[in-house]
Amino acid sequence: MSGRLVAAEGLPWPPSVEDFYLPDVAGPWVTKFSLMIWLAVGLLIIFFMATYRNPKLVPSKGQWMAESVYGLVRDNIAREQMGKDGIRFAPYFTVLFSFIVVTNLFGIVPGLQISPNSHIAFPIVLALITFVMYLYVGARKHGLGRYLKQSLIIPGVPWPMHILLIPIEFLQVFAVRPVTLAVRLFANMFAGHLILLVFTIGGFVLLASDNIFIQASSIFAFIMAIMMAFFEVLVALLQAYVFVTLSANYIGSSLATEH
Amino acid sequence: MTVLAEISGNVNTIGYGLAAVGPAIGVALIFVAYINSSARQPESAGYNRTWLVLGFALVEALALFGLVLAFAVS
Repeated sequence: MSGRLVAAEGLPWPPSVEDFYLPDVAGPWVTKFSLMIWLAVGLLIIFFMATYRNPKLVPSKGQWMAESVYGLVRDNIAREQMGKDGIRFAPYFTVLFSFIVVTNLFGIVPGLQISPNSHIAFPIVLALITFVMYLYVGARKHGLGRYLKQSLIIPGVPWPMHILLIPIEFLQVFAVRPVTLAVRLFANMFAGHLILLVFTIGGFVLLASDNIFIQASSIFAFIMAIMMAFFEVLVALLQAYVFVTLSANYIGSSLATEH
Repeated sequence: MTVLAEISGNVNTIGYGLAAVGPAIGVALIFVAYINSSARQPESAGYNRTWLVLGFALVEALALFGLVLAFAVS
């Protein structure tokens, strides 16, 4: 890839990597992404503090919202994937879910226009937390040796198959799970950002043409961009749900007593 | 021999198009199975939805790997 948009050469705003870096006020590490992460953390803290400052038996509108997010994660994700053990992890999953939802939705908020999760570093950190958590939880519950034995050796297969199965299971637990977790979230948000950009820039390029019919056809590009923006909302919620569901599934499988 | 037309660009684009065929069929099969099962037994729809999303996400990851590799491998 050439790393720049050739078609957008004449436009006033070809977005580039430089957009990530704000004017240098507080050092080079204060990027657009890090500010957006702080914004998301702040929003979530304020939301949950404000809605839960004064809980009532008959919930107010805000309390109802916070409770239904927690209820969704606890009942539909944690309990479904992990059984009764899941309740213990429900607060973490709730925070993870709402954090991913908020950061994903930044992708379509005007002015921000990009999700921090389209930078591979942030999904990697989220996936690493899950990775360390399911290894730690499994090792603490069963002991390291038994946990490894349980997760690497599938019972009830003829012994020569283990030569094939143990490396596959090892790769599955130590590489494939965390990598897919990170890459799935990253690639979804990245692809969504790219799709929005393709249709918006395509629209402006068509508009810049000197033929009236080509200019008129730019309306379809803009309609498509608006539709894709709504589609992105769906993807943002779905990917947060998938990330948390898979995390719960992995942690649940290291807690399970039998394979 | 005279050149009448020329296509320029990155061949990774074609590669990604090919790579998306497999996951597309996989996702289609998953939704077929879900629609079939919930049409035969509507009360199981809620229970199956979790596994629908899980299977969909696992298969979709392959297509997304293709997308990432189309950019990473140059």
